[in-house]
Amino acid sequence: MPNPKRKMSKTRRDKRRTHYKAQVPSLSRCSNCGEIKLSHRACPNCGYYAGRSMFVPES
Amino acid sequence: MRHRVKGRKLKRTHSHRLATLRTLAVSLLRHKRIKTTVAKAKETRSFVEPIITKAKNDSVHARRYVAAQINDKDVVKELFNDVAVKVGDRPGGYTRIVKLGRRKGDAAELAILELVDYSDINLEKAKSKQAEKSEKQEEKKEKKKVEKKEEKVEEANVIEETTEKNETKAKKSAAKKKKDE
Repeated sequence: MPNPKRKMSKTRRDKRRTHYKAQVPSLSRCSNCGEIKLSHRACPNCGYYAGRSMFVPES
Repeated sequence: MRHRVKGRKLKRTHSHRLATLRTLAVSLLRHKRIKTTVAKAKETRSFVEPIITKAKNDSVHARRYVAAQINDKDVVKELFNDVAVKVGDRPGGYTRIVKLGRRKGDAAELAILELVDYSDINLEKAKSKQAEKSEKQEEKKEKKKVEKKEEKVEEANVIEETTEKNETKAKKSAAKKKKDE
């Protein structure tokens, strides 16, 4: 079986991993209550989406 | 390549998947609004909509065709007598999916799947349900408060008893000491 000739150095390994990043979620303001929310989802604070109340939040 | 491959497997076998979709469809038609994962909501949408379309034409054949998919006689009746009437001339697109965000336990994306023509009724139902819930919670809180008070009283009694015991013990030990002397 063909195998790698050399051991991957720590530098090479770590350089590759510099591109493994967590992405920032795309946030927007709720058009009803102004809270920050995830886009394309109902607002967890007031339960509104696209000007329509989808659910009544607890409390 | 997944060219022209339709649908999701939902990690189920064919029969299991069919059963899931049927139960989801029955729940949606009975309650008019359900909360599931986005994947299941989208699959259910493409499963229910043709059935609703079929139900617009009220005939024995259509009723039997629908009843083969919807294994609940009452729901079939409601679908033909009420839902189909309410849907009226809407050319498809009877359902609406609104994403809700991720679930705590397994981070699954949740969504509300509802019949578009019932959205106002659905909201009123949800509001009344929420009100009931909050009432129940308040009742529970009050009960807990009362229970706590009772517990406190009991605890106080216990403490008094123990102190009495300690006193008697102390007396006994004192008496013993005197005897030894």
